[in-house]
Amino acid sequence: MQEIPGDLKFNTSHEWARVEDAGTVTVGISDHAQGALGDLVYVELPSVGDTVKAGNACAVVESVKAASDIYSPVSGEIVAVNAALADKPETINEDAYGDGWLFVVKPDNLADELDELLDPDAYAELIEGDDG
Amino acid sequence: MTRKTVLNDTHRALGARMVDFGGWDMPLNYGSQIEEHHAVRRDAGMFDVSHMTVVDLHGPRTREFLRRLLANNVDKLKKAGKALYSCMLNERGGVIDDLIVYFLADDFFRVIVNAATRDKDLAWINTHAAPFGVAVTERSDLAMIAVQGPQARDKMLGLLSPATREGVAAIGKFVAAEAEGPDAIRLFIARTGYTGEDGFEIIVAARDAVALWDRLKDAGVVPCGLGARDTLRLEAGMNLYGQDMDEEVSPWEANLGWTIALDAGRDFIGRNALEQQQAAGVGRVMIGLVMDDKGVLRHGQRVATPLGDGEILSGSFAPTLGKSIAFARVPVGAHAGLQVDIRGRLVPVRVVKYPFVRDGRSQLEA
Repeated sequence: MQEIPGDLKFNTSHEWARVEDAGTVTVGISDHAQGALGDLVYVELPSVGDTVKAGNACAVVESVKAASDIYSPVSGEIVAVNAALADKPETINEDAYGDGWLFVVKPDNLADELDELLDPDAYAELIEGDDG
Repeated sequence: MTRKTVLNDTHRALGARMVDFGGWDMPLNYGSQIEEHHAVRRDAGMFDVSHMTVVDLHGPRTREFLRRLLANNVDKLKKAGKALYSCMLNERGGVIDDLIVYFLADDFFRVIVNAATRDKDLAWINTHAAPFGVAVTERSDLAMIAVQGPQARDKMLGLLSPATREGVAAIGKFVAAEAEGPDAIRLFIARTGYTGEDGFEIIVAARDAVALWDRLKDAGVVPCGLGARDTLRLEAGMNLYGQDMDEEVSPWEANLGWTIALDAGRDFIGRNALEQQQAAGVGRVMIGLVMDDKGVLRHGQRVATPLGDGEILSGSFAPTLGKSIAFARVPVGAHAGLQVDIRGRLVPVRVVKYPFVRDGRSQLEA
């Protein structure tokens, strides 16, 4: 299993969030989650300009095995989506913490919401014992 | 308690993601089920199917018993080694299980049934075998490996002893033969499968299964999990028990009418019910669907038709086609204007003939 990068924060529902230098937040799913889902075949992303709320479903990833809602870790406005995933959803399987990112949020309540997320150690503990 | 096949440690050593399947701890994939799927369509893959139940039937009245037990007619089996696909029905014409039966000798037939239905199948077979004096023996001492794909036969034949190779190379589809494998391993090799590709299903003593698996792997046969097995058989248009039919569904409603032999004078279990259903008219049929939009058809989704609702049975992404396909059970006559309810969104689907894929090629016209 892939090492969890130290600059990420996690939802208990297996999304990661990375605060970028510009203050935006990039969101994806964890390597553990992609492994559990198996080969991804379809990704439904929000649109740029959409407003998302922390904890609300705003995207869907589908593997051969299952469809899974994606819950945004933070609230704000969608400022970018990873359009390349439309043709190559398997990028998420190959590089969940890098090229497999899903969307970028311009957060509007970051300080409070960040406290609610798990740091890498806490997330590693959460998935320990899970198959994967 | 979860059961393990003799290959369990082998799967884990290969890094398989394991899953519970009908009470068995089985490999779902060894990394990518899509790559495993393509390996079978393009070259050769192998599956541990030792969880399936091998049942040997012995006794002079075994054929007579099977005429009663099965909806298909074992009298189609005239030469030793020949196999037949059949349903085993209850009195209401519902499907208890689907199976393959091999004719091996006048007093010896072998039946292979599903893993998840083992207990009820054995109980049913035992109950009905007793009046015929047929001995029913579950062969848990055996393991089974399916080797499938355009190169599967050649790769397997290469492992056989020269003395038995020619004989196995000559067997036709749905025929089995005894053979000798590497290290003088004794094999029962059938030219059957569940992928739509040519290949073999090989029964071997459990103690020899790991050696055979390793030799196949050395020969370039790719280990494949149940995930790929499911997408391969769906593309090939093959039913899955429990998803496409069960005890509340008759073969008429599961597109298995071709397996029912209503030959004169044969009183098989479920026949009366089947004939009544046929006379009254069957209200539901199983059809093939393809979705051109993005998304994945899945078991249990509602299918809206102009004649009323139906439902998705087996549904998945089809790696060979790059889109989603499914079986659905719908009201008779519903063939246009179908939509599937995917999380509240109605998505149009096309009714297509299946198999969806044959000999590695899409059967869908664009």
